[in-house]
Amino acid sequence: MNKDILICGVGGQGTVLASKIIAAAAMEEGNTVHSAETIGMAQRGGSVISHVRIGDAYSPLIPKGKSDMILSFEPAEAVRNLGYLKKDGIVIVNSVPVKPTTETLQETGYDGKDMIAYLKEKCNVIVVNSEELCRKFGSTKYFNIVLLGVAAASGHLGISEEAIMKEIEKRVPPKFVETNKEAFRVGVGVVRGENL
Amino acid sequence: MKREYVMGNGAIALGAMAAGVNLVSGYPGTPSSEIIETISKYPHEGLHLEWSVNEKAALEVAASASYAGARTLVTMKQVGLNVASDPLMSLAYVGVKGGMVIVSADDPGPISSQTEQDTRRFAEFARIPVFDPTSPEEAFTMIQEAFDYSEKYKTPVLFRPTTRICHAYANIDVPEEFKPHAFEGFVKDSKRWVIFPRLSFANHAMIEKRNPEIGDDFSDNRMNFVNTDKPCEKVIFAGGVSYAYAREFLKDFPDIKLCKIATPYPFPEKFALSCLKGAKSVMVLEELSPYIEENLLKLAGKEHLDLSICGKLTGDVSVSGENSYENISLILSKFLGIAIGEEQIDLSSAPSLPVRPPVLCAGCPHRASFYAVKQAMRGKKSYFCGDIGCYTLGNAMPLDMCDTCLCMGAGVTMAQGFHWVDPKMEGAAFAFIGDSTFFASGMTGVVNAVYNEANVVICILDNSTTAMTGHQPHPGTGRNMMGDIVEKVSIENILRGIGLKFVETVDPLDLDKAVDTVKRAAAEKGVKAIIFKSPCIAIAKSTKKAEISEKCIQCKKCIREIGCPAIVVENGKVMMDTNLCTGCNLCAQVCPVSAISVK
Repeated sequence: MNKDILICGVGGQGTVLASKIIAAAAMEEGNTVHSAETIGMAQRGGSVISHVRIGDAYSPLIPKGKSDMILSFEPAEAVRNLGYLKKDGIVIVNSVPVKPTTETLQETGYDGKDMIAYLKEKCNVIVVNSEELCRKFGSTKYFNIVLLGVAAASGHLGISEEAIMKEIEKRVPPKFVETNKEAFRVGVGVVRGENL
Repeated sequence: MKREYVMGNGAIALGAMAAGVNLVSGYPGTPSSEIIETISKYPHEGLHLEWSVNEKAALEVAASASYAGARTLVTMKQVGLNVASDPLMSLAYVGVKGGMVIVSADDPGPISSQTEQDTRRFAEFARIPVFDPTSPEEAFTMIQEAFDYSEKYKTPVLFRPTTRICHAYANIDVPEEFKPHAFEGFVKDSKRWVIFPRLSFANHAMIEKRNPEIGDDFSDNRMNFVNTDKPCEKVIFAGGVSYAYAREFLKDFPDIKLCKIATPYPFPEKFALSCLKGAKSVMVLEELSPYIEENLLKLAGKEHLDLSICGKLTGDVSVSGENSYENISLILSKFLGIAIGEEQIDLSSAPSLPVRPPVLCAGCPHRASFYAVKQAMRGKKSYFCGDIGCYTLGNAMPLDMCDTCLCMGAGVTMAQGFHWVDPKMEGAAFAFIGDSTFFASGMTGVVNAVYNEANVVICILDNSTTAMTGHQPHPGTGRNMMGDIVEKVSIENILRGIGLKFVETVDPLDLDKAVDTVKRAAAEKGVKAIIFKSPCIAIAKSTKKAEISEKCIQCKKCIREIGCPAIVVENGKVMMDTNLCTGCNLCAQVCPVSAISVK
């Protein structure tokens, strides 16, 4: 299998764990995997990207126009990285914006709505709302796992839901495993139209 | 063997362990920090592991161990090599017995660094070999060979991955068990281990004779690789991650000649010459400096080769910044005359994107420290000298509290320079330095200030960790990389020991008290120190949250004054993002109508 998956968001949103789970699950299913992370200063509230390359790859970064899927934790970050998407690729995006402090100071009114509208016009997109989906958990910290559920159930990830669930169990501290599994099911439910 | 999914830095760590490394030292620095952290997570009995106080100390600790025959690994980022350059230049003359590999991670871009310096140049300057991996997989095997070369030629060697190698993940087959290398122990021999002019003269001659031999040895090593022996008119040379980008582009063109230079110094001339057979034009793909390109030009001159060499010097490859698949594919399509299809979505009509400069985290105590100094010195001309760490982000609006930032420890000494050129300033010259940076290279600057009688206020932002590079312990934290609980080195005692009379420790989140302390420090003559002590918010997980009540008059003073990412405006109203807020209480102390409370 050859799949290139780009995960993006803002430092602190949990993109790195999401990419590690996808990579490990793909590996468990017998694939060769490469990935690359943003580490360093940008982690402090800057734009962050993880590239996950399943199958044949030389470059650690996904070439522009070659990504099968973009998993975006933030609307503007999806647009910022849209150049990576294949013409027939899919974007799964959170509609809740993270407003940079500079934006708040200048009050340009960025609210993410233009971004979502633009994405809908340009590509295949699944829009989810982190606040609505995470309300029952009391924190959007579980959103990365919800998003994995959406990605797995969308059928575009090429990795089974079971393999991802297994990695969640392995990588999350024991006392949070149940909540994270529930978060994953919430994500799956979004695609299946179930109201969990 | 077992298959693991590890970061490039993990591959370097595991490769060194597979080579039986006995001692590992280093100082944290992006993109190199995870090497030592990886080793600490694997069983490593019989191996000494340490975060040293700085890179110079790390290299010196390893040097004597290598004299004794132990295999040693020293890790740092490229600017750390500048700090370690004093022992390195001499060690290159003296040489080693046990293999010594110095990892100096370069950062094209730069992504998280002050400079775009090139460790390959440093290797040539120090006259020692350098290895340049093109992938995490290669880094794992290459570092094992690097140890062998180091022992074979009795010289320390440099190993320079770049950010994209360090932070890329790949599948690596690693041994089930690691066995430390057996070594003889130190054999006294002052003619060999004590550097004197006579030894330097003799060894300099030996090194200059030896290095071309290493170059020939490298020419026979498969690490330097060419995909075809057939003579080709067009030849591509590449090093580091640029080679990976080139391979990705050339996937469908197996007949194009692509040469990898994995050992840039001493340059493998014979290998390069064999690749150039029949060549008319050459394209060189590399990052940072035109190192391979210059060596090919030298070779072409020496051998009277009639060919054109393109790269950074000819303007075909960008002289600064990192390469990418995209720029490499453009360069190669032009060079080879291959058309590339338009595969990207047309983004010309995209809405304008918010800029996202990195900022201090919500609840970061550094924000409060900077704000306290800003409040105390309002209206009085002062100088604010920053340093290397999270707190460099104190330069961002609205804090705007970082007038200078140069290198590790420089804030302490630069504040003194401002004092000498503006001794009658109304305010004061301030230095801001973190706890880890203070130990690394701030202390000597304080001695300098006392000795030369400067008037400065040294603000130590003590969050009890090395936050920016991933929360490594340091001498003030009370634990080390061997997992031991150790005596904490007290910053306050150091400052008093140096002779400072004014040393006060204050909680920056207690705003009034912090402002008062700064005012008193600024009013006194001489060298004063304030230790702003409060733990890094990423470690001291807080469950507190601030709430904004109806008393809020929407004046937005909180936003304008402290710029915390947790305070946002939604539908014209000031709101608290409770997912980010840590209840640090700074905004509550800034609010003019007491509308913010912490629960």
